[in-house]
Amino acid sequence: MKEFKYVITDPEGIHARPAGMLVKAVKEFACDIKIAKGGKAMNCKAIFGVMGLAAKKGDEVTLTFDGADEDAAYEAISKFMQENL
Amino acid sequence: MNTYYGKSVFGGIAIGRISVYKKGEQQVKRVKIMDADAEMKRYQAAKMVAMEQLQGLYDKALKEVGEANAAIFEVHQMMLDDDDYNDSIENIVRSQEVNVEYAVATTGDNFAQMFAAMDDDYMRERAADVKDISERLLNVLDGKAGAAADTSEPAIIVADDLAPSETVQLDKDMVLSFVTVHGSLNSHTAILARTMAIPALIGTSLSLDEDIDGKLGIVDGGKGVFYVDPDEETLADMKKRQMEEQEKKELLQTLKGKENVTLDGQKVMLYANIGNIKDLATVLKNDAGGIGLFRSEFIYLEKDHYPTEEEQFQIYKQVAETMAGKRVIIRTLDIGADKQCDYFELEHEENPALGYRAIRICLTRPEVFRTQLRALFRASVFGKIAIMYPMITSMKEIKRIQEVVSSVKEELTEQGIAFGEPEQGIMIETPAAALMSDELAKEVDFFSIGTNDLTQYTLAIDRQNTKLDEFYDPHHPAILRMISMVVENAHKAGIWAGICGELGADMSLTREFLAMGVDELSVSPGSVLPIRKIVLETNVEEYKAGK
Repeated sequence: MKEFKYVITDPEGIHARPAGMLVKAVKEFACDIKIAKGGKAMNCKAIFGVMGLAAKKGDEVTLTFDGADEDAAYEAISKFMQENL
Repeated sequence: MNTYYGKSVFGGIAIGRISVYKKGEQQVKRVKIMDADAEMKRYQAAKMVAMEQLQGLYDKALKEVGEANAAIFEVHQMMLDDDDYNDSIENIVRSQEVNVEYAVATTGDNFAQMFAAMDDDYMRERAADVKDISERLLNVLDGKAGAAADTSEPAIIVADDLAPSETVQLDKDMVLSFVTVHGSLNSHTAILARTMAIPALIGTSLSLDEDIDGKLGIVDGGKGVFYVDPDEETLADMKKRQMEEQEKKELLQTLKGKENVTLDGQKVMLYANIGNIKDLATVLKNDAGGIGLFRSEFIYLEKDHYPTEEEQFQIYKQVAETMAGKRVIIRTLDIGADKQCDYFELEHEENPALGYRAIRICLTRPEVFRTQLRALFRASVFGKIAIMYPMITSMKEIKRIQEVVSSVKEELTEQGIAFGEPEQGIMIETPAAALMSDELAKEVDFFSIGTNDLTQYTLAIDRQNTKLDEFYDPHHPAILRMISMVVENAHKAGIWAGICGELGADMSLTREFLAMGVDELSVSPGSVLPIRKIVLETNVEEYKAGK
């Protein structure tokens, strides 16, 4: 399992559209990916879960990757977060 | 190519994209089911259709408004594909053994509530997205395709049936034709189609389950045929016929400006029926001599509150001024029965056609009636307005109307507000009024025969019931005798009589009406010139002799 912490910099936070983009990116991978904020962990492949976190600018989220392609997922998603959120 | 058949409401050919009209919010019932697997299969199928619709919207938005704005449809797709959302639906279906519609509606509500409870304005707004996808699913499950009628380009509107309140919301410039599954020849969709002079079919043997939204369609109004996805040959053939009809129309245009007089010198007034000030352009374009029926109830149906005196006054004034001295007959509020208006809070009735409607509402709710009368009398200063009262059955009602009218006039005088002296007439649309027409004629300035209701009441046939169309015979001798009698009684009392129902536009009867001495025919704007053609070619004396 790999873990990655990230502080949201996008002024809009993980709103509908960025949430959609994140889910789309995450779905490329087979491993189990969760996104957590303040102890609340959600399935990152489910848009309602991601949006349900209501992560705003300045919030720290933790992404966990667990499964066969977790390394590749970790690489790609951390890059995605930095570029988009 | 698929071919469907319906009953023709108005002839002509329309070629264009099909837009399936979606009803408003769904009413979802909770129904116990036996086979959860079958229910889930229905769900999967509906989900696929909804996904495709969203993809279509995404593609369209991408082209028209760019990626940033199109992204919302992608988000909707993800929401629809969300595991939590889908699990919740499946869970409700299986654990409660209920229909998937109920599961979708419940899940949609729950998820929407989750968003609504968030302390973030933006996220709270997302509750609407959840509701949107759930509505979409429910529409697909209910056999209605896609979003509300897409009116970005002129389209053939396909619907189950359209209520008057729905037809008024449509952008008329964007409607090429109506095709409905239900609806009778006298339904409001049918009347609207005739007003707009566009081809329309009702009672079409079509299932709205079929995915026809967005496909190319051809409506052959004359023959009652609706082609979906036409083949090349049909398309070419129809285009040719459309051209020919266009030429015929242009030929009729040469009749513009001519007087409506028969070969032997009998004159008749040819007026137009309208339901909305937006129809005024077609009235003028078709050279109508006036407006024989302005359905004022549409002012009420378009609003969610009682239209104020000022709102009404402005509309009546505009019509009067636009018609520039030509007669404008405005019918006072005729709601009830099939024309319902929520804020009137009318009680449900077992037999609404015979119920609390039209003048009966006006006389028992004087505040509503007085507001309209004040607006009408004030607007009369600006043109030749005539007021027409609907659903009259007795002299007593006329006396009561006269009392209200004189009190309204007194009030206006006291307040120093200018008003005109409009002609006041009544609709003859009940057998009682027809039989009493000799007496009633002494109290009013004119009669206008409303043949739709007169036929319904005389033949005791519900005009909304399509099953009865074969019994609904507007040419029934009883109706023709009544019309003849009413005209005769009007003339004895020195007043004029016209026809403003659908029968007035029935060209197989135009000569007969001329022979009866009918003074005015008020028809849909598109029928004015074709009827003028008949009038110009008729010799009434010869027609009478040849009968």
